[in-house]
Amino acid sequence: MSTESIAIPITDTARPPFTATLHEWITTVDHKRLGLLYIFYSLVFLVIGGVEAGIMRIQLIRPHNDFVSPQVFNRMFTMHGTTMIFFVAMPMVFGFANYLIPLMIGARDMAFPRLNAFSFWMTAFGGLLLYFSFIGGDGLYGAGNAPDVGWFAYAPLTSQTFSPGHSTDFWTLSLLVSGIGSVGTAINIIATIVCMRCKGMTLGRMPLLAWLNIVMAGLVILAVSPLTAAQVMLLVDRYLGGHFFDTQAGGSAVVWMHFFWVFGHPEVYVLVIPAFAFVSEIIPVFSRKAIFGYPIMVAATVCIGFISMSVWAHHMFTVGMTSAGNTFFVLSTMAIAVPTGIKIFNWLATIWGGQIHFLTPMLFCIAFLFQFLIAGLTGVMLAAAPFDWQLAGSYFLVAHFHYVIVGGILFAIFAAFYYWFPKMSGRMYDERLGRLHFWLFLIGFHLTFDFMHIPGILGMPRRIYTYEPGRGWETLNFIVTIGVLFQALGTLVFVGNLLWSYFRGKFAGRDPWDAWTLEWSTASPPPAYNFAKIPEIRSRRPLWDLKHPEDPDWQYE
Amino acid sequence: MGLPTNIFAPASTPAQSIFDLSIFVLEVTAAVFVVVFSLLVYAVVKYRRRPATDGREPAQVYGSSQLELAWTVIPVLIVVILFLAAARVIASIQNAPKPASAIEVTVVGHQYWWEYRYPSLHVVTANELHIPVSDPAHPTPTFLTLLSADTDHSFWVPRLAGKTDLIPNHPNSMWLDPHETGLFLGQCAQYCGTQHAKMLLRVYVDSREDFDRWIREQSQPAHEAVTKSEGQRIFETTSCVNCHTIAGTAAHGTYGPDLTHLMSRQTIAAGAIENNRGTLLGWIFDPAVIKPGCTMPSMGLSTVQAAAVAGYLSTLQ
Amino acid sequence: MYCLIAAESAIFTIFVVAYIFYLGKSVTGPQPHDVLHVPIFLTICLLSSSLTIHFAVKSLQSARMGSFTLWWLLTIVLGAIFLAGTFREWRHLIYDEGLTLQTNLFGTTYYSLVGLHAFHVTVGLLALAIVLIFALRGDVTRQHAARAEVLSMYWHFVDVVWVVVFTVVYIIGR
Repeated sequence: MSTESIAIPITDTARPPFTATLHEWITTVDHKRLGLLYIFYSLVFLVIGGVEAGIMRIQLIRPHNDFVSPQVFNRMFTMHGTTMIFFVAMPMVFGFANYLIPLMIGARDMAFPRLNAFSFWMTAFGGLLLYFSFIGGDGLYGAGNAPDVGWFAYAPLTSQTFSPGHSTDFWTLSLLVSGIGSVGTAINIIATIVCMRCKGMTLGRMPLLAWLNIVMAGLVILAVSPLTAAQVMLLVDRYLGGHFFDTQAGGSAVVWMHFFWVFGHPEVYVLVIPAFAFVSEIIPVFSRKAIFGYPIMVAATVCIGFISMSVWAHHMFTVGMTSAGNTFFVLSTMAIAVPTGIKIFNWLATIWGGQIHFLTPMLFCIAFLFQFLIAGLTGVMLAAAPFDWQLAGSYFLVAHFHYVIVGGILFAIFAAFYYWFPKMSGRMYDERLGRLHFWLFLIGFHLTFDFMHIPGILGMPRRIYTYEPGRGWETLNFIVTIGVLFQALGTLVFVGNLLWSYFRGKFAGRDPWDAWTLEWSTASPPPAYNFAKIPEIRSRRPLWDLKHPEDPDWQYE
Repeated sequence: MGLPTNIFAPASTPAQSIFDLSIFVLEVTAAVFVVVFSLLVYAVVKYRRRPATDGREPAQVYGSSQLELAWTVIPVLIVVILFLAAARVIASIQNAPKPASAIEVTVVGHQYWWEYRYPSLHVVTANELHIPVSDPAHPTPTFLTLLSADTDHSFWVPRLAGKTDLIPNHPNSMWLDPHETGLFLGQCAQYCGTQHAKMLLRVYVDSREDFDRWIREQSQPAHEAVTKSEGQRIFETTSCVNCHTIAGTAAHGTYGPDLTHLMSRQTIAAGAIENNRGTLLGWIFDPAVIKPGCTMPSMGLSTVQAAAVAGYLSTLQ
Repeated sequence: MYCLIAAESAIFTIFVVAYIFYLGKSVTGPQPHDVLHVPIFLTICLLSSSLTIHFAVKSLQSARMGSFTLWWLLTIVLGAIFLAGTFREWRHLIYDEGLTLQTNLFGTTYYSLVGLHAFHVTVGLLALAIVLIFALRGDVTRQHAARAEVLSMYWHFVDVVWVVVFTVVYIIGR
């Protein structure tokens, strides 16, 4: 493969009018544009969700603070959780999946381009619906009533009795709508990977990213559908006077918990498996080695997918299940540590004996490895049910899952941003700003989430808008809030870097990383048709074969 | 460490067995952490790119069955050990037999306060739970039946036991077996609505004699004054009586806390503020100042009337 | 389509689980065995429509347009009879037995589950009807056999769900 960088003319002689460009983007069915729309959309919500987190942290900086009222605080944590899961993390991984999968498997587009556009706009509409609640949710009771039931919205707090007005309706409808979009995208991903691989790309030669995303899509289908069903039941309760979760008429609050977590736990893996996928693509390239143990990586992922369907009730150790039930879920939850551990060791083995290039994407990946290790180990602690009876619902738990979602998933997403930014925009990001972002965010992350574990051990429950002095929580909460400042600064640097580089960055050329998968064989940014000629491959690293004809991969596979 | 809600300072049998398990789990995970962390650091430092390399790619290794088998089997063994340890503690706590000497208390969670009923001792109180200390030779554990009147709550006093949720239409149970006397703090640990943060728990572990005396006092009706005070008259002629009970008077409401022996409690508003005549006055005048979003309304009393009611309530020893 | 069916199955599973969980948990009557009658005729209709659609697709694959239209039409008629039967049953329950969605847990779960299925039958009927219109205008040819087959898969799925719903609601549930 030629490595010369081709200067692509960015601006044609006559720039099309703004409205025409807008029209083009809104009506697009191109997987790359939809991918970018997803990513842009989730970036906007990332900032909104971050502001909500900031408001909560300011409120908690000292005991008996009154920066916001309890009602506002409760809305903030509900909106923060819902936004970050459904309108940041999910669209973000879908965006990358949309953009990368056809390019990596040598296809010209997704299997169903129009379904793709439909799914994106459903998700987008869901997010708008959720935020419209600030304006429209007040019902009869004063202005500005965003949902305040928590992101897992335990019954019966969501019933008409305890949640009058329309706030909860906005919450449930927006998740219903975006859920339909998610299932559509998942179907699309599976159909694309199953049917549209280029010649020579057997299942065993797919990039790991494609493998992991097909598992993710399968989980979306099996996990989001129960959520949809549960939301329909909640709507029947709220609008038609049904009794599914009406504890006065014999309904059960516990059933909602089961239905929610049947969705909720696989959802974690829906988010983390694409994060694994990014890391599995980036670590080999920056260590200059092939991924270690490709087959067992695939097997571990599939294994995680299956086990993750049977661990949901570890969110419910405190709701009074039988000792047999608790014991079963301890076992299944701990079992999932095994395939996850295999993955960490395989990444370690990939680095082992390589030549690590410490560029921004790799920095984020290495931080990911350390942080995911810690997140996994605190997960094992929480899986031991009796320990969980103390830790569940405390700040230890909050710190644990932020370790997974921020320290794991968000760090991997940042790595993916820097790694594929040259492909998506055609320009290099600024390496110095990238490093600044990394170090600021790393410091902020550890200040916030390392110290957040301890108040949990000292008995501080989550979702409290204020707390009593004298329990050893004050200093820790202060440090946690300071950490948020660093994370916010880091995010600003990140957004600034993206903007600056998009307009002023150096041209990147096709293959700035000397990488090995198919997306680097086409122009940056890729043309609408992706490949002038559909490629034909003989191994997992087609570009390695081209660059090293004397020692190609297919001799070893 | 002297911190009132530290889970690592157990003072009761279930909290102690959880603590022992936690230490074991922490030791195992710490060992795993040290091993993997050192390997990662070593790899990252050792295999960083050096300027000396001549642009050649490193040796390509695709996998190793022995290694992969090793890091599958070893974690499986660790998981089995941790699982067995956890299963043993689950059984010891959840399947513990209830001795005949056990005290039984029914805990009812309400939006932002706790109701405690001692069915066999005929005592009803609120927000401050009294239980006897348990002598290991003659254990008198307290078994709690957990109910909820509205939304989900969770009973969590970290030094006494792990938490268990209170869920409407889903009775739960847990037990405490404290080994030392004193005041143990905690709070509601399952989000239950606007004032979830100020639904605090106070458990007084008394010596057996103190506990018996407390029960004797609590099972009395309220001291009836010879002539009704102005405060009592106002209390009994406004809707206060719809929600509160004062045994021996016309007040029979059950929606709010029982006030029969209000002044035997050190705090009001589910532990949010101290209990004295001044705080009572502020609370009666407008509860939303102290707990915005709480279910008790301001009755629209004048300052004089509110002071009279506070005066009456502060006679309820 | 397989993926969509998997997703739909998950939704139905949740509703079936809810139905089974809440069996006998109603605080007030009426109970299932007081009011439900086993709809054997309707079940036969719906299940045989699976056969007819199968024959229709076979005909289309061998380009026998006349028999395709006939079998397709028969499928729609059988589906419509089923839907009408459900309508009559509900009418009876609401007006004669006084069982609505708000009455008790049985009402809530029964109407949601059977209603969800009836909704899928309706969607299927609409899709079938659109194809029929195209067929009568002569726009459906042998090239469309694969698409007709996808639709028939959906229809088979709706039938299979009915078998489950029937078993749960009318046999176990009573």
